[in-house]
Amino acid sequence: MYRIMTPTLPLVLIVSAALFSIGLLAALSRRHAIFILIGIEMMLAAANLNFIAFWRFAPPPHPSTGVMIAIFSIAISAAEAAVGLAMVIAVYRHYRTTNVDEYDQLKG
Amino acid sequence: MVGLITAIILIPLIGALAVWVVPGQIIRYSERREAESRNPVVSPIITRRDVSTSVDMTKLIALLFNIISAGCAIALWRNFDVTATGLQFVERHPWIPAIDAEYLVGVDGLSLLLVLLTSLIIPFAFFARPAPEGSRAFYATMLIMQSALYGTFTAQNFVLWFLFYEMSLIPGFLLIKMWGGENRDRAATKFFLYTFLGSVAMLLSFLGIYLVKGTFDFATLANFGKSGLLSGNLAWLAFAGIFIGLAVKVPLFPFHTWLPDAYQTAPVGVSMVLTGLLSKMGVYGFVRLLLPLFPNEIKAIGPWLLALVVCSIVFAPLAAWAQRDLKRMIAYLSINHLGYCMLGLFALAAAPAAAATIDTQAALSGVFMQIFNHGITAATLFYFVGLLEERRGLRGIDDFGGMMQRTPLLCGWMSVAMFSSLGLPGLNGFVGEFLIFKGSFAMAAAFTAIAVIGLFVTAIVFMRAMQLLFSGPLSGNCSEFPDLLRSEKFVVVPVTLLMFGVGIAPQFIFNIFNTTVVQMARLLS
Amino acid sequence: MNPGILSNLWLLPAVPFAAAVVILSLPKSRRKIASGLAIASQVIVLGISIAAFVPTLRTPGFRAVQNFTWFTFGEQTLQLGFVLDPLAAAMLLMISLVGLCIFVFSVGYMADDVNFTRFFAYMSFFSGAMLGVAIANSLLLFFMFWELVGLASYLLIGFWIDRPSAAAAAKKAFITTRIGDMGFFLGMLWLYHGSGTLVFYNDGRGCLEGAGLALLGGSATFIALLIFCGAVGKSGQFPLHVWLPDAMEGPTPVSALIHAATMVAAGVFLVARVYPLFSLGATNGVTSSLTVVVWIGVTTALMAALIAIAQSDIKRILAYSTVSQLGLMMVSLGVGGVAAGIMHLLAHGFFKALLFLGSGSVIHGCHHEQDIRKMGGLRRLMPVTFATYAIGMLALSGVPLFFSGGWSKEEILHATAHWSPSRAPYYLMLAGVVLTALYMTRQMIYVFFGNRRSAAEHAHESPRVMTMPLIVLAIGTVFLSVVLTPAWPWMDDYLTGESAHFSIAELIQPMLFISLVLVGVGIAVGIWLYRKAGEQDRDRAAEVDPLEYAQPAVFRFLANKMWIDELYARTIIAFAWASARLSDWMDRYFWDGLVRGFGAIGQLFGVFTTDMDERCINAGVDETTVGARGLGRLLSGAHSGQIQMYLGVVAVGMLALLLLYAWLA
Repeated sequence: MYRIMTPTLPLVLIVSAALFSIGLLAALSRRHAIFILIGIEMMLAAANLNFIAFWRFAPPPHPSTGVMIAIFSIAISAAEAAVGLAMVIAVYRHYRTTNVDEYDQLKG
Repeated sequence: MVGLITAIILIPLIGALAVWVVPGQIIRYSERREAESRNPVVSPIITRRDVSTSVDMTKLIALLFNIISAGCAIALWRNFDVTATGLQFVERHPWIPAIDAEYLVGVDGLSLLLVLLTSLIIPFAFFARPAPEGSRAFYATMLIMQSALYGTFTAQNFVLWFLFYEMSLIPGFLLIKMWGGENRDRAATKFFLYTFLGSVAMLLSFLGIYLVKGTFDFATLANFGKSGLLSGNLAWLAFAGIFIGLAVKVPLFPFHTWLPDAYQTAPVGVSMVLTGLLSKMGVYGFVRLLLPLFPNEIKAIGPWLLALVVCSIVFAPLAAWAQRDLKRMIAYLSINHLGYCMLGLFALAAAPAAAATIDTQAALSGVFMQIFNHGITAATLFYFVGLLEERRGLRGIDDFGGMMQRTPLLCGWMSVAMFSSLGLPGLNGFVGEFLIFKGSFAMAAAFTAIAVIGLFVTAIVFMRAMQLLFSGPLSGNCSEFPDLLRSEKFVVVPVTLLMFGVGIAPQFIFNIFNTTVVQMARLLS
Repeated sequence: MNPGILSNLWLLPAVPFAAAVVILSLPKSRRKIASGLAIASQVIVLGISIAAFVPTLRTPGFRAVQNFTWFTFGEQTLQLGFVLDPLAAAMLLMISLVGLCIFVFSVGYMADDVNFTRFFAYMSFFSGAMLGVAIANSLLLFFMFWELVGLASYLLIGFWIDRPSAAAAAKKAFITTRIGDMGFFLGMLWLYHGSGTLVFYNDGRGCLEGAGLALLGGSATFIALLIFCGAVGKSGQFPLHVWLPDAMEGPTPVSALIHAATMVAAGVFLVARVYPLFSLGATNGVTSSLTVVVWIGVTTALMAALIAIAQSDIKRILAYSTVSQLGLMMVSLGVGGVAAGIMHLLAHGFFKALLFLGSGSVIHGCHHEQDIRKMGGLRRLMPVTFATYAIGMLALSGVPLFFSGGWSKEEILHATAHWSPSRAPYYLMLAGVVLTALYMTRQMIYVFFGNRRSAAEHAHESPRVMTMPLIVLAIGTVFLSVVLTPAWPWMDDYLTGESAHFSIAELIQPMLFISLVLVGVGIAVGIWLYRKAGEQDRDRAAEVDPLEYAQPAVFRFLANKMWIDELYARTIIAFAWASARLSDWMDRYFWDGLVRGFGAIGQLFGVFTTDMDERCINAGVDETTVGARGLGRLLSGAHSGQIQMYLGVVAVGMLALLLLYAWLA
């Protein structure tokens, strides 16, 4: 089993793709702004997983670039989440709702 | 220092400005209204007369400037050396060196003759009746036209010449369009477009010549002419362009159809200028440009050109015979008379072999003489038609009848002009026509023989007119006509005396251009 | 030889011209002054004519010229000149003498006319121009005066300007003669071209002298014929004779002076003047140009004489008689009898002026009635007129001995008889003699004999001022016969430049008897035919002419002037008028149509380009805009503002791209 469960790149990528798809589905289908943010965070996490996976399975030597990018990405996504939440709150203040269907100011 | 010729060109322009600036006609409306109230059935004719006899500053100023320019023209004549060949009083200033455009004016005998004629006809036209309404603009436009005419007849560089040539066209258009009679819009447009198209063709030809020869100077170009200015198809194209431009202006059959409409519609004074001077620009162009520049081309298609001329001479008076409108009738006769000029020129240019000196000189002298005579005579005829129109309000040939009983003086003096026009010896018309026929008979006998029919038909036309206008029982419409008024006599008598003078002792006119004739005959033959 | 008179010849035309100008500038009421001036000018020119006549008498074959330059054109000069020779001098004398008589007569005849002064002005003008014709030494000067005479004729025919018929006749005269003049003009041009000068005599360098003629060669025939056209027009020869009878619309003195004595004879004079051109290269006195002259003359003479028989207007009869006599003169010139022709011209000038003035006197007496059928029996009422008229009639009929016309006609017949190509003209001329006697007898009987009919009831003799000229002219007619007789052919020799000699034997010639008999026959037949008609009742004015009774068709043919006027009206005039209308039509619709067609093509092009502009380019841009806006509207619908949807679309797109990529790979 262990053998079987030995992580290989395709396995990790499948997990990552699944995670991304779930995040995407969440971002697209949920009506609540917070859930959409969460979906986005999930997609980011999938991207980070990809970075780490490619770094881990790349042929040696292993400079720490992949980890670095993942860390960067996490930092930025944290910041982004903060900004996103702030925006959601700002939009919520304006519209008095978190239902994104009501946000149609971009309609042209 | 402004030269004499430049002064002559500029004075009418200054006059036009002056006319524009000074307050115009001072019509005594009160008097006019009084006259109308006193006599309720005032005919429109009488009323108009009241207006025009009131103080007319505009006309006075215009005449003043005319007198000044005529004085300059006479000074030109006095100081003109009749024995010297070539141009005199030349003024030459660089203008646009890049395209060889110079301000180059000068006169030879022919130019001087035409300058004198212009000085004579324009004031004559100012006296024409019925006087146009709103005279300030009218006189200003006429003065601009005068300036353009002076320029055309003295410019010796194509660019300058063309400038003046076109400058005369626009006043002509305006004069017809604004002061014309029935159908004036159509006639003015036709006049303008037709002549303008001709001018464009001519301009293109000259551009072609310039591109090959690199000069616009008349004298230089004329020197090239002998040996063939251009060669091949280019030469024919250039020839055709210039020919059409000038043939429309003269006009030559079949390019003449703008003329009857324009002359018929234009106010009398303008008709006088159109026939007396503008048509001469065409003839002048033929003498100055086409004949010297394209002798070989003319020779090659000489018979065809002569055939066109003969058509002009024969068909025009025939058409005149069938006219009802007196102005239109005289317009057609003008085509005929200018046809004589063209007959002389083309016979001369198309003479197959070396023609005798006497014939070439006779033809050229005759043409120059005819230019002068036709100018005077046709203008006088139009003047008289104007007098008739003013009295009757109409000018159809059958609107009158038996006038000789009521207005013998008017009929008598008018007959003199008519007889002059049909070439009666003792009056001016005969001298030129005889010389033209003399010269062209020797060089193109068959065409001349046919052209004689034109002389005959002209006689029929005038005989018919005289019969219908003057004789027979006095028509009721004419029974109230005033005879020639004093102001009209002042105009008619000098002109008629001039006709007699030229008819009996024409030497003083010949003196102007004899040297030029000799020189040109040598150049052209 | 006599430079004094020669250098004063210019006065001959100048004095009457000056008189005309002065008279024209007078007010209408100055009648005395006007007629006085005119007559004074005529007396002056008569004096000058006599002075000019004297030197030609002294030297046989006298010829003196005075040439001068009219003007210089280029380097060439145009010479004109005056000539004085027997031909000119005789003409001058005739013109001024007859003219004077007619001027005096006019004072009486025109006494009631409103435009009395203008009449004398025109007459003076005519006289000056006619004298100019006589002395011109250049074909050009000749032509100029010739045209001026034509003008005077035009003015005087149409003198009674309020009558439409007079105006029409004047127009007809001017135009008809101008047809001939155009030929003359061309002939002149040709002559000028051929010989290099138009001066007749110029010390051997003139166009009628040896050198000038030699240059012409064969073209002389054509030149002569073209010049003859002018003579045909002016002298009323067939086929241009139609204007002359109509010209009788003018006052009678005009008919007498212009259309009988002088102007119409100018054509004959012209042929005589340029005779060297006609006879150049003659064999036996015959050239083709002269032959044409003969046959034209014969045709004219006979035709006019025939027409004259059937006319009823006293002046028209005389007019046709003039045409006929002019034809006779032409024949004479054509067969070589120049002197005879000119003699007849001079004699004719006197007796025809006499006849016309006589008819004027009759018309005046009958209160302006001109129909001879309404007259009759005037012999008693107007004795002076009758006597002088009879002299004129006998002269015209050709009764010899005391009447000038007889002798000159005799000379012509004599010359014609010896014409080599054919005897036909001679016989036809003899027939003409009979006809002339016949129609003159007819006229005499109708006017002066028989019963008085309507117009003659209150006839009266004319005043002295009118009868005196008649008497003078009658004396002249008789006197001329003295110098015309073959016994003392002074006139003939004067004209030909030989010295006259007297021989009574020449008087009696066999041919004289032939014509005497013929004249007698003519008169006798006339008396026999018309005696009855003349006797007719005063109420039934001779309605039916005996000739008409006998041959109605022929008479109608002649009375209607052989329908030549109608023929011309239907053919030539109709054709000319049609071509005038056609020219006008062509001009309005064809030539101008072409121009308008070009204009229309331009306009069409304009319409086309406007259309292109409106419908294609402009509309295209418009449509594009509209389409773009529609598309925008469509697309903006997709722009729902739902970010999730956008993302969804992005995701789907992504997926599609991935699939595409996978498929491509």
